[in-house]
Amino acid sequence: MGSLDDRPFLLTSVDRILRWAQKSSIWPAQFGLACCAIEMMSTAAPRFDLARFGAEVMRASPRQADLMIVAGRVAQKMAPVLRQIYDQMPDPKWVISMGACASCGGVFNNYAIVQGVDRVVPVDVYVPGCPPTPEGLLDGIIKLQQKITAGQIPANRAYQALHAQGQG
Amino acid sequence: MATERRPLVLNMGPQHPSTHGVLRLVLELDGETVLSCEPVIGYLHTGIEKTAENLTYNQAVTVIDRMDYLSPLTNNLAYVLAVEKLLKIEVPERTRSIRVLFCELSRMASHLVWLGTAAMDMGAMSVFFYCFREREKILDLIEMTTGARMNPSYFRVGGLMADLPQGFSEKLHALLDEFPEWLDNYRKLLGTNVLWVERLRGAAVVSQEAALAYGLTGPTLRSTGVELDLRKAQPYSGYEQFEFDVPVRQNGDAYDRYELRLEEMVQSARIVRQAIDRLPDGPWHIDDWRIFPPDKHQHVEKNMEALIYHFKLFTEGFKVPAGEAYQGVEGPRGEIGCYVVSDGSARPMRVRARTPSFYNLQALPLMVKDRLIADLITAIGSIDIVLGDVDR
Repeated sequence: MGSLDDRPFLLTSVDRILRWAQKSSIWPAQFGLACCAIEMMSTAAPRFDLARFGAEVMRASPRQADLMIVAGRVAQKMAPVLRQIYDQMPDPKWVISMGACASCGGVFNNYAIVQGVDRVVPVDVYVPGCPPTPEGLLDGIIKLQQKITAGQIPANRAYQALHAQGQG
Repeated sequence: MATERRPLVLNMGPQHPSTHGVLRLVLELDGETVLSCEPVIGYLHTGIEKTAENLTYNQAVTVIDRMDYLSPLTNNLAYVLAVEKLLKIEVPERTRSIRVLFCELSRMASHLVWLGTAAMDMGAMSVFFYCFREREKILDLIEMTTGARMNPSYFRVGGLMADLPQGFSEKLHALLDEFPEWLDNYRKLLGTNVLWVERLRGAAVVSQEAALAYGLTGPTLRSTGVELDLRKAQPYSGYEQFEFDVPVRQNGDAYDRYELRLEEMVQSARIVRQAIDRLPDGPWHIDDWRIFPPDKHQHVEKNMEALIYHFKLFTEGFKVPAGEAYQGVEGPRGEIGCYVVSDGSARPMRVRARTPSFYNLQALPLMVKDRLIADLITAIGSIDIVLGDVDR
C-alpha cells in the first residue's frame, strides 16, 4: 500500500462521520465582550444547559476552540484583538455573531463601534436580540450544527476571512 | 558575563481566562510577584454619552441601560431622576416604590453574578451554577414586568413603562421566602471552604485613606470601614422610608467584600419585602401629557387632544428647561451618577455618567503591588468591575 498523499481519493461516508463529530462537540472560545456575554453565561448555566448540545466546553485559549461567539459590541479598539483571536483558532472554525451590536452595530451607530463584526471576521450565524435570550443563542448553535451537518460551510472560507480582514 | 535581572513584562488580556470582560493589564513581574500593574482600558468604549446627545430624553434611557449591564435599572434610575430634577416634577408614590423595588432586585441579581464569577475565577465552578440558577428567578420577575431579561429600559421620565403585572406579588413573595436558603447554600459552599477563605483573607487590601483618595465607592469603600451609602446619605426615590442597614467591614480585603456583598443581598431582600408589602395604590406615572404619553385605549383613541400630545411626544419628544442636574444613586458597585445638561431643546446637550467601576478599577494597581499574581485574579474579582461601566 502506498501513501494516499499523491493519489486522488474521495471521502463520502467518512466525511459525514467527521461532520457529525464536529457538530456534536463544538468548543466555543471563552470570550465575552458586553451584555451578551452575560446571556452567554446564562446559556451555559443550569436552566438552559448548553451541555445538552455538546457545546458547553468553553476554552480560555483560542487554540483549543473552534467556535467564536462574538457576544457583544465590538469597539474599534477591540476589532484587531478579535481578529487576532480568530486567526489563532485552528481550522475548521465557525463564528456566531450574537446580538444586534455584533451583527450590525445595534443601537450604537457611532464612532466607537464596528458596524457589524462581519467586517472583521466571516460570520456563519447571526443571532438577533439586544441581548438575545439564551433560547436565541441555543437556536443559533442548533442552526450552526445544521449547517455543519449539511456541509454548508463554504470551501472558500480562507478567502472569505482574508476578504473580511481587508474591510476591517 | 553577568546575567542581568530584569522584570518580565506580561500582557494580560483583553481576552483572558478571568470572567470580567475585556480588561487588559500590563504587568511587570519578578517571578510570580507583581511589581507593577497598569490597566489599559477602552476595549469596550461604546460612545454612550455621545450617542445620548442625539436621542430624545426618553430614547436616551435605552443607551444608558447598556453601561452597567449587570444592573441596568440602577443606571436608568440615575438618569431619569436627573431629568426629573431638571423638569422639576415629582413622580407618584407608587412609581417611586416600584423603582426602589426593581433597583434592589437588580442589586441582588448583580451580586449573584459577582459571586458566581468571582468563585469561578478561584476555581469553584459549582457556585456559578447555583448563583445563575437563582438569578434566573429574579430575571423571570423582571421579564414578566418589563418584557426583557436584561436591559429592560423600564423606567421612563415621569413614570414607568407599565404597571406591575398580575401575579407579580405572589411570585415575588415566593422568591423572598426561599431567598435565605440560597444564602445558606453559598455560605456553606464558600464560607466553610478553606481554599476560598484563605485565598480571600488578606488579599487585595486597600487602606481607608487610599480608598477615599481614589474616590472608591460601594462595597469596595465600605469594606475599609467608611459607612457611605447614598441610599442613607442622600436618600432618593423614597429610600428614607425603608428600614435597612448599611453593612460595613474594617479590613478592606477581598474576604470582607465577599461578606459585605452577601450581607447587602440580605438588606436588599428586606427593602424589596417592605416595598411590595407597603406598595401604595394609585397612578404609576405623572398625569402630564406633555411629558408622559396618554393611555392609548383610554385617551388616544377617543380624544383628539390626547392624540396630538401622543404624536408630539413620539415625534419630537418633550422639551426640558435649560439647566443642569446631577443625580447619584447607589448601584451594586458604588455611586452611579448622571449629569445632564439641557439647552432647552428636546435632546440632552450633554449626558455625563459617573460610573463606579472606572474609579474602583484605579485601586487595582494599589491592591496587587508586591503580591503574587494569583492574588491579582482575586483582586479583579473582588472589586466587581464591569467593563461596560468602565469604558461606557
